[in-house]
Amino acid sequence: MRSSGVSILFDRLSTTFSDLFRQMGGKAKISEKNVQDAVEQIKLALLEADVNLRVVRRFVNATLKEATGEHVLRSVSPGQQFVKIVHDRIVHLLGDEAAGLNLKGPDTTSVILLLGLQGSGKTTTASKLAARLKKEGRRPLLVAADLVRPAAVDQLVTLGSQIAVDVHSEKGAKDPVKVAKNGLKRGKKELYDTVIIDTSGRMHVDADLMKEIKSVFQAVKPDETLMVADAMTGQHAVDIAKSFDETVELSGVILSKFDSDTRGGAALSLKSITGKAIKFIGVGEKSDDLEPFVPERIASRILGM
Amino acid sequence: FQLGPHSEGFYEKLEDALIEADIKASIAMEISDELRNSSQAGKLSSPEELRSFVRDVISQMILTVNLDPENNDNAIYLVLGVNGVGKTTSMAKLARRWLDAGRSVSFAAGDTFRAAAVDQLAVHAGRLGIKIFQQGQGADPSAVIFDGLESIKAKGEGILLADTAGRMHNKSQLVKELQKIDRVIRSKVDDPSYRRILVIDATTGQNGIQQAEVFHQALGIDGIILSKYDSRARGGLALSISRTLGIPFAYMGTGEGYGDISPMDPEALVESIMSAIEG
Ligand SMILES: Nc1nc2c(ncn2[C@@H]2O[C@H](COP(=O)(O)OP(=O)(O)OP(=O)(O)O)[C@@H](O)[C@H]2O)c(=O)[nH]1
Ligand SMILES: Nc1nc2c(ncn2[C@@H]2O[C@H](COP(=O)(O)OP(=O)(O)OP(=O)(O)O)[C@@H](O)[C@H]2O)c(=O)[nH]1
Ligand SMILES: [K+]
Ligand SMILES: [Mg+2]
Ligand SMILES: [Mg+2]
Repeated sequence: MRSSGVSILFDRLSTTFSDLFRQMGGKAKISEKNVQDAVEQIKLALLEADVNLRVVRRFVNATLKEATGEHVLRSVSPGQQFVKIVHDRIVHLLGDEAAGLNLKGPDTTSVILLLGLQGSGKTTTASKLAARLKKEGRRPLLVAADLVRPAAVDQLVTLGSQIAVDVHSEKGAKDPVKVAKNGLKRGKKELYDTVIIDTSGRMHVDADLMKEIKSVFQAVKPDETLMVADAMTGQHAVDIAKSFDETVELSGVILSKFDSDTRGGAALSLKSITGKAIKFIGVGEKSDDLEPFVPERIASRILGM
Repeated sequence: FQLGPHSEGFYEKLEDALIEADIKASIAMEISDELRNSSQAGKLSSPEELRSFVRDVISQMILTVNLDPENNDNAIYLVLGVNGVGKTTSMAKLARRWLDAGRSVSFAAGDTFRAAAVDQLAVHAGRLGIKIFQQGQGADPSAVIFDGLESIKAKGEGILLADTAGRMHNKSQLVKELQKIDRVIRSKVDDPSYRRILVIDATTGQNGIQQAEVFHQALGIDGIILSKYDSRARGGLALSISRTLGIPFAYMGTGEGYGDISPMDPEALVESIMSAIEG
């Protein structure tokens, strides 16, 4: 294999969106060919950002149609029009506006169930959510229902004490369904208005563990069932989300580790394939490193603008 | 679809399957270009020839290395990577593997940052029946690892597996902290007995290339563990990293149990990528 092949292809891909948009945006006239070339580059850049291939293809087809329409090519500044079309379309696919949590009023107990693959950030996110809700005046209780990972309970207890939020844990417990149920029972009895349940990491392809999370889900009937996913996830993100959604019916997604330099195309894949709102993004390891998901900002990031 | 007729559609499908395996788009195009050129030259006429060509190209691109200790000398392995990839668990798996080979293994609890990270490693040490060098939360990781090194040097014939806190490669302060640990280790041991292992999660997308690049530049990586390969992500990242950075892969993690680690097997990766192409 010629080694030079790689670097040539790298060059071919190194055009960033900002370059592309500068070129296109400055053009007074763009031809259909201009648009087609640009769309091809957009396709590659979206793939570099880890947007799922099927999503990319759908996006590209739709964009090409709109961007080569007469009204665009004949408009006063077709280049800028084109740029706007691409950006707006991605924002739209991401959900147009930030989506918050849907919880019941503080006079009853709401349940948030967190689930996802191993190491995705569930336990850390549980404590971040608790800290956030506490700041908003709610009274959260954390429930340590991960009985598998070594020291998972200690981890949540430590995080809970750092933010002064109580943690329900049961020494020697073996059944996460029981712990989750007991945690909810305690939450109601002791007038906590939000119960946040941390569960152990599981692979979406592990039938036994998926059955287990379904049992937890059915036992506590969550108001929010949130999949915590790593923002750095690649093409596989949609398979993962689909499996969880088929098992428990997700109400939304939290994307952790957005403080990495990932372009975060998984956000676009997840939203457009599952239709689930992305509610928050994790931007660090500390308890206040949780931000609302702002589609505008993520669209620009995916596009490398 | 089948590996078959030499239509343009075929090459597109091949590229798609490679991209869906998380192989960098430019490398996917490189592979299909190569195939296109060879078959145009009349070199590949039957589907069987096409298939074995693709297999060869892919498996040749994946670099591997054996990082099991070669002799009975002291050795230290520093395990690093971004948050949550499986560093601590992989250490426990390696310990089991090397204990089974008759070696003496101990841990240094170099993640003094994350909540209960030391407890997590201590649980593993207890289950494996091995020694753990630890100080409290917030202690200097270099000091913890230094202690462990002193001790195995005094006794001889020991392997020290040193944990580090997960850190994003794009946080330069945290990468500098790793370099400090690296300097301390180098001041104590000879290079041949010191190995730096990077852990990368198989579900990671293109960002994995950046992770490998930055950690390799900062410390020099001897080999990579591709963890969570049981996710059924196809692991094309291994191909991209080998190809673009020349860093070899040492092991793959296939579950949460101690036995769930094996030497990197390019054939397994090739199989899973090929099944996507042919399925
Ligand atoms: N940089 C960064 N690190 C994060 C973020 N969220 C979580 N982490 C880190 O990622 C690692 C894994 O987080 P956990 O909360 O333990 O993940 P988990 O999903 O509970 O893991 P399991 O219980 O083992 O499945 C830890 O080192 C966390 O500190 C984030 O938004 N940014
Ligand atoms: N299914 C599966 N899970 C794994 C594998 N390797 C690690 N894990 C799980 O992934 C989660 C995170 O593993 P850790 O070993 O804590 O990861 P880490 O890199 O040390 O995390 P931090 O120290 O927080 O950065 C745990 O739940 C592990 O059990 C693997 O190969 N397959
Ligand atoms: K991950
Ligand atoms: Mg956890
Ligand atoms: Mg760890």
